[in-house]
Amino acid sequence: MVERNRFLTFLSHAVLLLGVMIVAFPVYITFVASTHTAEAIVQAPMPLLPGDQFWHNYAAVLTGAEKGPGSGAPVARMMWISLVTALVISIGKIAISLLSAFAIVYFRFPFRMFFFWAVFVTLMLPVEVRIFPTYKVVADLGMLNSYAGLTIPLIASATATFLFRQFFLTVPEELTEASRMDGAGPMRFFIDVLVPLSATSIAALFVIQFIYGWNQYLWPLLVTTDESMYPVVIGIKRMISGGDSAQQWNLVMATAMLAMVPPALVVMLMQKWFVKGLVDTEK
Amino acid sequence: MAAISIRNVIKRYGKGPKANQVIHGVDAEIADGEFIVIVGPSGCGKSTLLRMVAGLEEITSGEISIGNRVVNDVEPAERDIAMVFQNYALYPHMSVYENMAYGLKIAKVPKDEIETRVQKAAKILELGTLLTRKPRELSGGQRQRVAMGRAIVRQPQVFLFDEPLSNLDAKLRAQTRLEIQKLHAELGVTSLFVTHDQVEAMTLAQRMIVMHAGVMEQIGTPEEVYARPATTFVAGFIGSPPMNLQKGQATGHRFDIGGQVLELPVPSPRNGELVMGLRPEHTSLGSDTGWAAQVELVEMLGAERLVHCRLGANLFTVRVDGMLKPPKHGDAVRLTASPDHLHWFDAQTGQRVK
Repeated sequence: MVERNRFLTFLSHAVLLLGVMIVAFPVYITFVASTHTAEAIVQAPMPLLPGDQFWHNYAAVLTGAEKGPGSGAPVARMMWISLVTALVISIGKIAISLLSAFAIVYFRFPFRMFFFWAVFVTLMLPVEVRIFPTYKVVADLGMLNSYAGLTIPLIASATATFLFRQFFLTVPEELTEASRMDGAGPMRFFIDVLVPLSATSIAALFVIQFIYGWNQYLWPLLVTTDESMYPVVIGIKRMISGGDSAQQWNLVMATAMLAMVPPALVVMLMQKWFVKGLVDTEK
Repeated sequence: MAAISIRNVIKRYGKGPKANQVIHGVDAEIADGEFIVIVGPSGCGKSTLLRMVAGLEEITSGEISIGNRVVNDVEPAERDIAMVFQNYALYPHMSVYENMAYGLKIAKVPKDEIETRVQKAAKILELGTLLTRKPRELSGGQRQRVAMGRAIVRQPQVFLFDEPLSNLDAKLRAQTRLEIQKLHAELGVTSLFVTHDQVEAMTLAQRMIVMHAGVMEQIGTPEEVYARPATTFVAGFIGSPPMNLQKGQATGHRFDIGGQVLELPVPSPRNGELVMGLRPEHTSLGSDTGWAAQVELVEMLGAERLVHCRLGANLFTVRVDGMLKPPKHGDAVRLTASPDHLHWFDAQTGQRVK
C-alpha cells in the first residue's frame, strides 16, 4: 500500500488471509482426513488435527492393499498412467503445434490459408463437443484401455499452434535470412534457431498442458474400463462406490492428496519459466 | 576474392500489368577487391539490389555473376558471400562464439579449424574477451563487430553490408567507419556497402553507385561524383549542404531565372532552358560585384556558417568562414561564383550538359 494507514494495512491483510483460508482450508481438511482411520473421520465433529494413520493410509492406497467397497486398484499404478498420459499429451501437443505453426508461418504452399483456418476452427471443437464421434473412432481402432486411446485424441491443439504462430511472426526476418546465408536448411533453422528461441513459450505451454492432461476426467472415464488403465483422477471416482456402504474416506482423501502432488510440483518447479513465457517479450 | 558483374538487372514485384518495377536495369562492373558503396535515399532500390546479389531476392531479369559464375539460381549459402545486416541479425540464444561459428559448423568445417578462424576474427575485431557472452549482453557497437566477425570467419569472396552503421550513435559510427576501412585494407575482399548516408558513402567508397527511384544515376569515385555529378539528383544528393540548383533561361552571358537576370562569368554551355548548379562552398559573399541577393537566415555550424540568401524565387546557400563577421537577416549581399565550379544540367532530363 502506498498509504501508511494502520486500518488499511489491517484490512488488506484480512482480505488476503480470508482468500488463503477459502483456498487452503479444504486442502488442509483433505490432508487431515487422509491421516485418520475411516471411523475417526465420520464422527462429528470431524478432527481438525492430523492423526497417526499417515503412513498406513498412504502405503495402503499406493499398493492397493486395503480393499474398500469401491475399486481397490493400486494408486501407484494409476499415478504412473496419469503421468505417462499427461507427459505424452503435453509433449505431443507442443511438438505438433510447433511444427504446424512453422509450416503456416514460413512456407508458401497451396491452401495455406485454408489449413490455417481449419486449425483455427478446431478451437471451437473441444473434446467434449466431439466426444461421441471421437469415441466411435477410438473404439473402432481398438484403442480403448490403452495409452494411445487416452492421449491421441487430446493431442491436436489449435491454441498452442496459435501461440507459436504469433511468436514466430515476431521473430525478425533477418534471422531467417542470416541462417539462410549461413547455409542452414529449413529444418536446421527450425531446430537451431526457432525452437531455442521458443523455449520460454514451450515451458509455459508445458505447464498448462501437463495440468490439462493430468486433470482429464471425462475422456478417460469413457475409454478406460479396465482397472489397470485408470488414471488417478478416475481412480478417485471409482473408489467411491454407490449405495449405502461405508466409504473409506481416509483412503479416498489420501489418493486425492497424491493426485494433487505432481501438478503442484510441475507448477512450482517451472514457475519462473512459466511466468517468463507468458509475460516475456524480450528476445 | 572475386569480381562482381551486374548486367541489366531488373526487379519487378508481382506479375502482369499490376507489376511494380523497383529496379530499372542496373549495369555495373565491380573489380576484384574493390570497395563499392551503393547510396541513395530510402526506397531507391539500393537494398533490393544488394539482396539480389545476396540471393535473398529473386532476379526478375538480367544477370549477376560473382567471380565469373552466374549466380541467378544459386542458393545464398553457395554464392561464397557473407552479409552484415542492418540490425545485425545475431542469434539471440547463441554466444558470440557460437554465432560466429554457426555457418562454419553447418558447412562441416573441422572443429579445430573453426576454433582458429573464430579466434583470428575475434582478435582482429577485439572480441576476444566477449566470446562467451550472449548478444543481449553486448553494446550496439560490440554487436556490430560480432556481425562483422560472423562475416569474416566465412572467408568469403564478397562482403555485403546492408546499412550496418545506421543503428550506431554518431561517434561510434565514425569510429566503425574507420575500422571497416582498415579491415578492407587488411583483407582486400570485394565489398558492397549499402547506405543512405552520403558522408559514409564519400568516406568509405573507392567507387560509389548513386541510385534514385530504381535507376543507377552515376557510378564513379567519390571525387568524380562530387566534382562532376551526372544528374541534378546526384548534384543535390551528394555534398552537405547540397548543391544550389537554379533553373532558368540561358542566353550567352546572361541567365534569366525569372525576375532576375544573372551575369555569368563565362558563357553558359548552350542557350535554352537549363539548371545551373553551384555548391555553397564554391560561392562567396561580397558587396560590390556579383548577383544581388538578400540574406534570409544564418546558421552557425562551428568552423563555418551557412548563409541562406534569397536569389530570385529560390533560397541560395553560401558557406562562409565561421570566424568572419556574418551578415544579418535582411542584408543585401552580392554572390560571386568561381567560374570553374558552375555545373549545367538539362532542365528537362536532368542530365549534365557539360
